[in-house]
Amino acid sequence: MKNKTDLSILIGGAAGEGSRKAGEIIGKLLEDQGYEIYIYEEYPSLITGGHNFASIRATKEKKSAHRKDLDILLALDKRTVEEHKEDLNEEGLLIYNGDDVEDEEGISLSIETIRKEVGGKEIMKNSAIIAGFAKAVGIELEKVLDLLKEEFGESKENAEIAKRGYEKVEKKFEIEKIDNETKPLITGNSILGLGAVAAGLDEYLAYPMSPSTGVLHYLAQHKKELGITVSQPENELSVINTALGSAYAGARTMIGTSGGGFALMSEAFSLAAQSETPLVLIESQRMSPASGVPTYHAQGDLLFAAYGGHGDIIRIMVSPGDAEQGFELSGLAMNLAWKYQTPAIILTEKDFSDTVFSFDKSKVKEVKPETEKLFEGNDDYNRYTIEEDGTSPLSYPGEEGKVVKATSYEHDEKGIAVEDEESIKKMQDKRLKKLKSLKEEIESLDQAIEIYGKEDAKTAVIVWGITKGAAKEAAEGLDIKVIQLKILQPLPEKQIKKALEGVDTVVTAECNSTGQTAKLLQANNIKVDKKILKYTARPFLPSELKKEFKSLIK
Amino acid sequence: MENLSTNTKNTWCPGCGNFGILAATKQAFNELEEKGVKKENIAITGGIGCHAKIIDYLNVNSFYSLHGRPIPPASGIRLANDDLKVVAFSGDGDTYNEGISHLIHAAKRNTDITVVIHENRNFALTTGQFTGTSPEGFEGGSTPEGSIEEPFNPLNLMMASNASFIARGYTGDISQLKELLVQGIEHEGFSYIEVLQPCIIWLDTTGDYKERVYKLEDHDVTDKEAAEKKIKEWDYINDAKIPTGLFYKEDRDVFEKELYRGHKLGDHKKKDKVDQILKVLK
Repeated sequence: MKNKTDLSILIGGAAGEGSRKAGEIIGKLLEDQGYEIYIYEEYPSLITGGHNFASIRATKEKKSAHRKDLDILLALDKRTVEEHKEDLNEEGLLIYNGDDVEDEEGISLSIETIRKEVGGKEIMKNSAIIAGFAKAVGIELEKVLDLLKEEFGESKENAEIAKRGYEKVEKKFEIEKIDNETKPLITGNSILGLGAVAAGLDEYLAYPMSPSTGVLHYLAQHKKELGITVSQPENELSVINTALGSAYAGARTMIGTSGGGFALMSEAFSLAAQSETPLVLIESQRMSPASGVPTYHAQGDLLFAAYGGHGDIIRIMVSPGDAEQGFELSGLAMNLAWKYQTPAIILTEKDFSDTVFSFDKSKVKEVKPETEKLFEGNDDYNRYTIEEDGTSPLSYPGEEGKVVKATSYEHDEKGIAVEDEESIKKMQDKRLKKLKSLKEEIESLDQAIEIYGKEDAKTAVIVWGITKGAAKEAAEGLDIKVIQLKILQPLPEKQIKKALEGVDTVVTAECNSTGQTAKLLQANNIKVDKKILKYTARPFLPSELKKEFKSLIK
Repeated sequence: MENLSTNTKNTWCPGCGNFGILAATKQAFNELEEKGVKKENIAITGGIGCHAKIIDYLNVNSFYSLHGRPIPPASGIRLANDDLKVVAFSGDGDTYNEGISHLIHAAKRNTDITVVIHENRNFALTTGQFTGTSPEGFEGGSTPEGSIEEPFNPLNLMMASNASFIARGYTGDISQLKELLVQGIEHEGFSYIEVLQPCIIWLDTTGDYKERVYKLEDHDVTDKEAAEKKIKEWDYINDAKIPTGLFYKEDRDVFEKELYRGHKLGDHKKKDKVDQILKVLK
């Protein structure tokens, strides 16, 4: 093993065989050794059969991307060996299910036989390969047994299966223990939920759609502890329209979907902006168009999310590149939505949503609910009063003496439909003032963009979302500056232009086939010279981008 | 008695059945206020169509939504605030066509709102096209030779969807309609009230309804079989007499109360939740 503080481990098997959970257990074992964890998962759109895998990256310094080349391959079935064997590094280690695979170089572990001898549920065979892995890298058996107990409860059979797997494997090397505080492992979807809760979330509503479903499951599981309600209305139209009713009535509300669901919601998204009803919407992209490749990665909804919805509408759009940013930006989206009374989108993607990260809360800026602008008077309330900054004070139904009238139609200050020229222009000008204030705030936020790599490089690569991780890693040691856009609407033009001072070549790296990021930048007067595009429904690997970056500076 | 009007100019056609629904609604809200429902605790929603203009004419909390969508925001308002009584106004085109899924599922989950359908049996604001309940042969802009589709019976659909309060009113009888509105709003759970309303421009059923409409009498509203029989008496196609009044009422678990089971409503108010998050993260 060349570098024992940057490990790439893959565990794969048929869907339903538990490779995902096993990957998480391996991640936790390595987290406990002080490593930073990033678990990339692939699974087809089916429930049993097929081929699933979890690719675990464990590093001393935090990395936000997975590697394709492997130090250790753990194969629960033959197909895993066939598909990933060629990715094993020269000194790489293969541990495979000897009951399904024959004559391979590596360690054969008859996990099904062990499980049958000991008894217990079929899924427990995975404990043998997890323990075998632990032995190979020099992690004590006790650590494995404790973790299995913590995750699955006390089980004599499970412990015995693990012991036998542990005994049958030889120690190959001693993993370096790193002096790091242990951090929780959490998926991107879950962290978006928690960030919103920190900013005062009351209700989460969603209709299941990959890859956003994890938010729904996580918040439903923890709703009692978090003091929120979680519900699943009949379709996406109901999700967003119900959410708007709740937000109108004073609840901080968030919804989640993917591109197709957002398409169904786009009429009501326009209603949110028109009625000035705040809302946070998670759009987790999968490979499109249409049903596309449902459980796989893409960044092809950028322009749709940036412009979707009829009419001139104001929106906020953020996109996180790692768990800490996810927590912070989810909270920011919620506070900005309520401050400016307009919808906010968290644009994310499969490789953020499903990825398991080490989450370091100490690195996150404080997120708390910031009180919205509320009406102070006792009566004569008008929902849409014209104010200098464009933001009318909010009030919610249920307060004596106040009548709160929100509407989809163009309206007067009271909220009554109008059709005359003067009133129509007046109310649109009011919302434009709000856009101006919002843009000014975005352009004053330090966290709108991040800069990595070589500060005075002549070549800058602009990225957003999870592409940040691979780009940042690829730029290491090269004459390249990476600019990550964390806020995409309104675009932080000022910060981007400042970051581009002294740069002569501007490049985008994005997972779509038409260069949508470049189009968005060019629409904001930022010239783009070259695009690095990937559209195989898989995220960029650091090694791929490194190659591209090198060719840029040749 | 409070007037409950806004200063908005009314643009319904003179003689429109909607005036009757507006009058009955004001009376119902006033009666509810006397019974202790404060005006600030009433919220209404509307879809898009002639019916929805009622939103601009009533000086109460309101959310004027999109075509076909008055029911979801009504559910959302109820979900966010336990104290509110929520009424969703809709039309036959609005809900039986564009938003039918919301009606079925709101009834199924017994969400605690009242849905009032302004049943004029055509798309009136778009100048007269057929809807789910237009008579076969309805001559409109899109069906100059007459609609070739037969209507369906929405009350029957509500029965099949387990609605816990099913009623039919008629704009020719404001006091009965007021009574149904009060009962529907007081009912804990999903209340469905269809209001037969002649459209004097595109489908004038005034004379027809006068002849055929009658009030349910000696009818046991807890008897499901009897309700089904009465609901099927007029199927929107035949020339039978048209019963009005309360057909069916049942006490069933309310969605919002069930949803909150296990944690208090007080948890729902805004507060710093970081401690709770840390607990979840361990």
